[in-house]
Parts: sequence; C-alpha cells; structure tokens
Amino acid sequence: MNGFSSADLAPALPELLMAAGALILVLVGAIRGDRSAPLINGLAIALLIVVGGLVLSAPSETVTAFNGSFVFDRYAQFLKVLVIVGALGALVMSFHFLKNEGLNRFEFAILIILSTTGMMIMVSAGDLIALYLGFELQSLALYVIASFHRDNLRSTEAGLKYFVLGALSSGMLLYGCSLIYGFSGTVAFAGIAQSVTAGSAPLGMIFGLVFLFAGLAFKVSAVPFHMWTPDVYEGAPTPVTAFFAAAPKVAAMALFTRVAIDAFPQIADQWRQIVVFIAIASMALGSFAAIGQRNIKRLMAYSSIGNVGYILVGLAAGTAEGVQSVLIYLVVYVVMTLGCFAVIMGMRRDGKAIENVDDLAGLARNDALMGFIMAMMMFSLAGIPPLAGFFAKFYVFLAAINAQLYWLAVIGVVTSVVGAFYYLRIVKIIYFDEPAPRFERMPMELRAMVAVTGAFVLLYFIYPAPMAEAASAAARSLF
Amino acid sequence: MSDWPILSVTIFLPLVGALLLLFMRGNDPATLRNVRHIALWTTVVTFVVSLFLLPGFDASSSDFQFVEKTPWLGDTINYHLGVDGISLPLVLLTTFLMPLCILASWRSVEKRVQEYMIAFLVLETLMIGVFCALDLVLFYLFFEAGLIPMFLIIGIWGGARRVYASFKFFLYTLLGSVLMLLAIMAMYVQAGTTDIPTLMAFEFPASMQTWLWLAFFASFAVKMPMWPVHTWLPDAHVEAPTAGSVILAGVLLKMGGYGFIRFSLPMFPDASEFFAPMVLVLSVIAIIYASLVALMQEDIKKLIAYSSVAHMGFVTMGIFSLNRQGIDGAVFQMISHGIVSGALFLCVGVVYDRTHTREIAAYGGVVNRMPAYAAVFLLFTMANIGLPGTSGFVGEFLSLLGAYQADTWIAFFATTGVILSSAYGLWLFRKVIWGVVDKPAIAVLSDLNRREALILAPLIVLTLLFGVWPEPVFNMTSASVQNLIDTSIQTVTTAPATAAAPVPAAAPAH
Repeated sequence: MNGFSSADLAPALPELLMAAGALILVLVGAIRGDRSAPLINGLAIALLIVVGGLVLSAPSETVTAFNGSFVFDRYAQFLKVLVIVGALGALVMSFHFLKNEGLNRFEFAILIILSTTGMMIMVSAGDLIALYLGFELQSLALYVIASFHRDNLRSTEAGLKYFVLGALSSGMLLYGCSLIYGFSGTVAFAGIAQSVTAGSAPLGMIFGLVFLFAGLAFKVSAVPFHMWTPDVYEGAPTPVTAFFAAAPKVAAMALFTRVAIDAFPQIADQWRQIVVFIAIASMALGSFAAIGQRNIKRLMAYSSIGNVGYILVGLAAGTAEGVQSVLIYLVVYVVMTLGCFAVIMGMRRDGKAIENVDDLAGLARNDALMGFIMAMMMFSLAGIPPLAGFFAKFYVFLAAINAQLYWLAVIGVVTSVVGAFYYLRIVKIIYFDEPAPRFERMPMELRAMVAVTGAFVLLYFIYPAPMAEAASAAARSLF
Repeated sequence: MSDWPILSVTIFLPLVGALLLLFMRGNDPATLRNVRHIALWTTVVTFVVSLFLLPGFDASSSDFQFVEKTPWLGDTINYHLGVDGISLPLVLLTTFLMPLCILASWRSVEKRVQEYMIAFLVLETLMIGVFCALDLVLFYLFFEAGLIPMFLIIGIWGGARRVYASFKFFLYTLLGSVLMLLAIMAMYVQAGTTDIPTLMAFEFPASMQTWLWLAFFASFAVKMPMWPVHTWLPDAHVEAPTAGSVILAGVLLKMGGYGFIRFSLPMFPDASEFFAPMVLVLSVIAIIYASLVALMQEDIKKLIAYSSVAHMGFVTMGIFSLNRQGIDGAVFQMISHGIVSGALFLCVGVVYDRTHTREIAAYGGVVNRMPAYAAVFLLFTMANIGLPGTSGFVGEFLSLLGAYQADTWIAFFATTGVILSSAYGLWLFRKVIWGVVDKPAIAVLSDLNRREALILAPLIVLTLLFGVWPEPVFNMTSASVQNLIDTSIQTVTTAPATAAAPVPAAAPAH
C-alpha cells in the first residue's frame, strides 16, 4: 500500500470542491438562517455550474487516485456531467414550488449538493469501500430531503419508508461486499476481476454478487426491490421527486454498470441471469402497474421503474455497445424526466399543487405549448420515433440483439407497447378531453425547462451523432 | 440527374407549412381562413414540386433515382433517399390526395383548425418519407412517426367513439411495428448495414429469413390490414373525420403493400416463397369474409372500410402470386384503390356534412335532390366493384390473373369476392340513392357545391383515365417490377435445391 500523495487530489478536485462548498453554505445558512435560502440556492447553482465546467474541462484520459479507490475516466466524466445536470435541473425548478409550499429552508440546496457529491463519488468508485462511501453519503442526504416537508404526514412517511428500506438494502449491499472481500481477498474492482476465472467462481463469491446486486437494484428501483418507489415519489415534495427521478438513478445505474463490467467480467454469465430477470420484471411491472394509477407522481414512479428495466437490458448485453446504450438512455431519460416534472410542478390551481392525472384535462387548449410538449414527452417515453425516447430504446435493443438476447428484446418491445397504453392515456387527457379550469401561470424557470427539454426531445433526431460518439467513447473507457 | 434535392424538398415542404401555421395566433374567421389557405397552398405546391419528379424519372431503369445520401446515425445508418418505379406512383398519390383532403376539411372542421392542419401537414411529410426512404431505420422512423398525427386526428376530430378507435389504431399498429424494429436490428447485426439497396442484394440465411419475414409480416399485415388483424380499420375509419379516412384508405394502407414489395420479397425471397400459400389463403379469406361482413353493415363508412379490407386482400394476393401479372396488378390496385376509396369516403363526407349521419337507413331517394352527386357516387361504386372501363377493373383483373397462375382455386374463390363486392356495392347504392324521398332530412339536401365538385373532378378523371388507359402507371412501374421478378423470385424458383448455396441474386449489373 502506498501512502497518500497530493497528486491524488487532482482527479478528485470536483468532489472536494463540492464538499467544501457544501460546508461553506452550511456556515452561511447557520449564521443567516432561513432568510438566506434564496442566496444559498443561487450559490448552490453556481457551485454546480462551476463543478460541471471543471468536470467537462478535465483531461479525458483515465486517471486513478487513492490507490485505485477513485477512478476518473471518460465514463465517469460523462456520467458526472449528467448527474450534475440532473441536480441542477431539479434545483432550478424547486424555487417557486418550495416558496409556495412554505418549505423555503436553506438546507434544501445543501442537501442536494451533498447528495450530488455522494453520487459523483459513486460514479468514480474504484473499489467496494469507495462504493459504499458514496452510496451512503448520497442516501443519507436523500432520506432527509424525502421528508423535507416535515409537517406533512405523507412526506414524513415517505422519508421514513425510504430510510428503513434503504437501510435494509445497504445492509444487503454490505453483506455482499464482505462476502466478495472474503472470497477474493481484495476490495478493488480490478483485484476482484483478477481473482476469479471464468467457470470457477467460488459459491461464496456468487452469493456476495447476488447480495451486492440486490442492494444496487434497490437504488435503481428495479423489480423486485421497487416497493419504495411509488410511495416515496408520491409523498416527497415534487421538486424532491424530480431530483430523485433524475440524479440518483443515474448514479446508481452508473455504479451498477461499473461494478458489473469492471469487477465481474469473468462471471458475466452468472450476473447476466440476474440482470435479465430484473430487467424483464421491471419492464413488465412498470408497464402493467402504471395503467391503474391516477396520481401523476405515482405514475411517473412506475414509468421510471419501467425505464430502469430498459436500461438494464442494455447492461444485460454486457458489451461496449450495451454500455453505450445505457449511457444514451440515461441522458434521454434525465431530460424527459426533468421535462415531465417541470410540467407537473406547473400544475397549480387556486394556490395549491395538484397531482391527479385528470387535472391535465384539455391542457392542449389551455396552454398549447405546455400541452404539446407534455404530449411529446409521453410519446417519447413510449418510444415513438422520431422523438429522443425512440433512439434510447433503439440503442438498448440493438445491443441486446447484438448480444443474442433475442427473447429479452422481444419481451422488451412487447412491454413497451403495453406501456404505450398509459402514456397514450395522458395524451388523450391532454388533447381529447374537455378542458379543466386553467392552471396558474407557470413561473419562468419552469417554462424555460419545458422549452429546453422539449426542444431536445423533438430535435434529437436531426443530429444524433455527437451524443452517440461521446457515449461510445465513454463506454469504451470501461473495457 | 437533378442538382437540387427534390425528394428532400418534397418531403419537408409540408413541414415548413406546418411550422408557419405554428406561428399563427387567434381564432377569428380571418385567421382561420389564412390557416386554411396556407395549408392548401402548401399541399398544392408540394404536389407541383413532386410533379417535377416525372420529367427527370427514367422509367426504363429499375435503379433508385434522385438519390440523396448524407451520414446520419453513426457510420452505417444514413439519411438515404431515392425513388424507383414502385415508390414514385405512391409518392405522387400522396401529394395528389393531400390538397383534396385539405379542401374536404374546409367547412367540416371548425374546431381547432390550426392544429388540424398542422397534423395533416406533418402526416404528409411522414408519408412521403416512408416511400422515399432508402434506409431501414429512416423508413421505420417515418413509418412509425405517422402514428402520432393520425392518433391525434382520429382522437380530436373523430366521431363518438373516437377515443376507443384511436387507441386501437395506435396500439395495434405499434405492436406489429416493434417486432419489425427488432427484425431491422437483427438485419443490421447480420449484414452490418441498414441500407435498403444493399440489403436487397444481401443473402440472409434461410432460417433467419423465416423469422425476419414473420416480423415484417406482423407489421405490414396489421397496416394493410389483412384478416384477422383488420379489426382496427373499421373502427378507425368510422370515427375518423372524412379527410382522415381518405388518407387512411388512400395512403396509409398502401404502406403495408409497399412494405411487402419493397422488403419482404427482395430481402427474404426464400421465406416469401415458403409463406406465399399462407398469404394467399389469408387474402382469399379476407376477400370473402370482409365482403360478407360489408353486406351486413348499417353504417356507410363501415361498409366502405370492409370493402377496403377486401380490396387489400386482392393486393396481398397479387403480390404473393409471385409473378409479373400479380405484382403489376397489386401495384395498380394500390393506386386505383387509393383514388377510388378516397373518392368514396369523400362522397360519404359530402352527405355527412349535410345530414350528420352515416346510417344507411337514414338515407334513400338522394338522387331526387342531388342528381349530380348520384352520378358521381355511381361512378365510384362501379369503380369499387371493378367494372371494366374504370381503374378498379385493371388491378383486380391482373391480380386475379396472377393468382390463377399461382393456384386456380385461390383465383376461383377470390372471384366470388368480386361478385360479393358488386352485391354490397349495388345494395348500398340502392339504399342510399334510389327510392322515394320520405325523410325530411333528405328532402332539403342541396346538390354538390363548387368546392365539392372541384374535389371530386380530378378523382373522376383519373378513375376513368386509368380505366381505359393504364399505360402511364405501368410505364412507370414495369422496369422495377421486372427487376424484382428477375432478382428475387426467379432465383428461388429456378434454383430451389441450392438454397444452401444461393445463386448470387444481385448479379445483374446496375
């Protein structure tokens, strides 16, 4: 073991900056109280932008630090930018909502920053210790902001539920890690990969793998570890839900992929079974269970479960194309999620936020642009060309076919047709139904978010090459 | 051949019109008039531009012409356009029908006019794109994206059960199409390209062909629609607004037939040969069954919808006769049916606009009040039946001729369908047009106005013209059809035993 050297700090500079920034913001908040909430929000956004720029401008070769615990490569770079974009989007959208709901406390932005820091560490984790560290930092902050509306029964219930189930999953994850360490003698992903050879993995290692994957599946809310998702999505304040749907999913999926590809390349056949199963279960449950939902946030929860299923199809392929498809899907997914939640946050009538799907009735006539973009988001989520969601699914299924997972692909497209049904129902409500009373006028930043995400979803097809190339470069850095 | 990208211009011109409409504000009559005029002129200009394809088109060559190619999705998936003798008539059919559709909606669509016109213009872009795309992914993109505007057209401007019809239309078609998407990916993995001309020459292994063929069949059979997956069509037709029905019958159904000719036959010749008897049987069932069902209908549009199913049965029968006459007949039948069924739906729209009912029982004696209309309706009924001298006859006759060569019994049963089609056609005509005027709603009808006459006139001309002089269409298609026969079908029939080591199918130099 080598000692610590100052050269280790350079690759981790963005994370260090985030952590230090969060601490300074806490100080500001502690001194000035809740009055400083707008200031802290602004500073947090500035911090995220600076760190995002820093990550983008970092040299794009693979660097490891802290004895291999921390890896910075194209893959990490790609995903960190995405995580920061997701966090930034959620933060920007939260201003008016929190003020209207009387939740204008300074901790919100700080918790988001801390949780984002955890996610960035997850994305860069090179061994099981760093994995757990990032994982817990992220989760603890998330537990708190899930119950951020602390005088609200559903919000506190959401936080508690998330915490209890999250602790259980952390336990499983740790148990898995300890088994893996016991049977391989190392915590480093590269070391684990070397310690097993194809076909002769010890049973204890497989056990550990299953527990580890169960913990990760919980975080990405894949079936059968999805139970918390609908309740937490519904109970948490909407900006928090938007953040949950966008950023942590990306980080957890990134970690999932890195662990599978980096640490267990030799026993891909073993973990592929697990991934195929949870992918099929997630796609099917996401499609069928969403049909009966009346609350739009719950519906988005099932939609996200379904989407995770499609992402896992890409991972199941286990190839560079598969990882590329995962990355493209994540980008499109984050954009669609932010767009949908911007519209959902704009659903306000008589000073109250409303969450019923039926409240969207006739949106196309009350507010043509919002209605149109929400409808396009739904078509995109259903995977209809030429919208961005189609390309996401296209790459995922292409990778599956390429890896000869034909049945997985067939089941995937069939469930996507089932899923199309409930997305269409929303389009029907927006376009075919008689208009409900108008919503209050949407704040500027929400309109901007809707416009930007809508433009991305609609126009992605014109010039899809750069994204595909960036994702491909990022994916290759894993192999 | 031409120095400007004429196909791209044709495809995206309607989209430009739609964007223009996007910036129109207001609901006053003047704005609405402007909206309608912009939509009309956009489609007219698109039609005129598409006519420029004719002088430059070399009918003696089976190659794709007016080719455009730009990198799009990675290295291997390109934005690749081109037309040959099979797709060009369908492109022209589309651009020809669109202005008529806009005109037909002039008065009948009053709510959300702007969105309606935008949906139609976007749909036109996508339909033309389907026929011009020379890359499978691009094709799929256009093919599938068309669902969105059509879903909205049926759902917003449709009749009483519009929601049910729009969902059924969307989900049926989507289910078929996603399987085709997987097949496209499998082809990409196997051949390393999605370029249609390259894939036409590519030899897929026989076992793989079977699966690919079935996946494509799932998509095109639903789109066509073939029995037993036709049930979405009557619902969609009945609920759609008039112009929606015209486009559905006139163009969207043709995508299925086009798909069979463009993809199934040349890319999977062995599988096509293998499955041909099945398709022939399904076609005959469709012809007879749909005709019988049509006899029982109480709704005019539903009757015509079932008649469409029957006529599409002739198309699939012609295609899978796998001979020159059959395919010629199928292509011609597609064009002719596009004109005739479109015209029939427009005719229904004329009386529907006046009486707001499509029930056959609500009519009777229309000839006494609308003599000109009765004459027009008679002509199109006869064309639908396939009376010699109308365009309907040529296609049906050739398809039957092709089927006769393939299998006598198939032709025999299909011919009974012709008899049945005259039964329901004449029955409808008697119920609606003949008889005495005993209903007050009929007594006040006024005959065709200028606008309606203007819409129907070009359709009348073409129906009669192609009935007596089908040469223009055959001139355009013959080289491509011959090439299709030479490269895919002959290979299979002349060398059935050497399936394992197939004869290089793309040997003819071009």
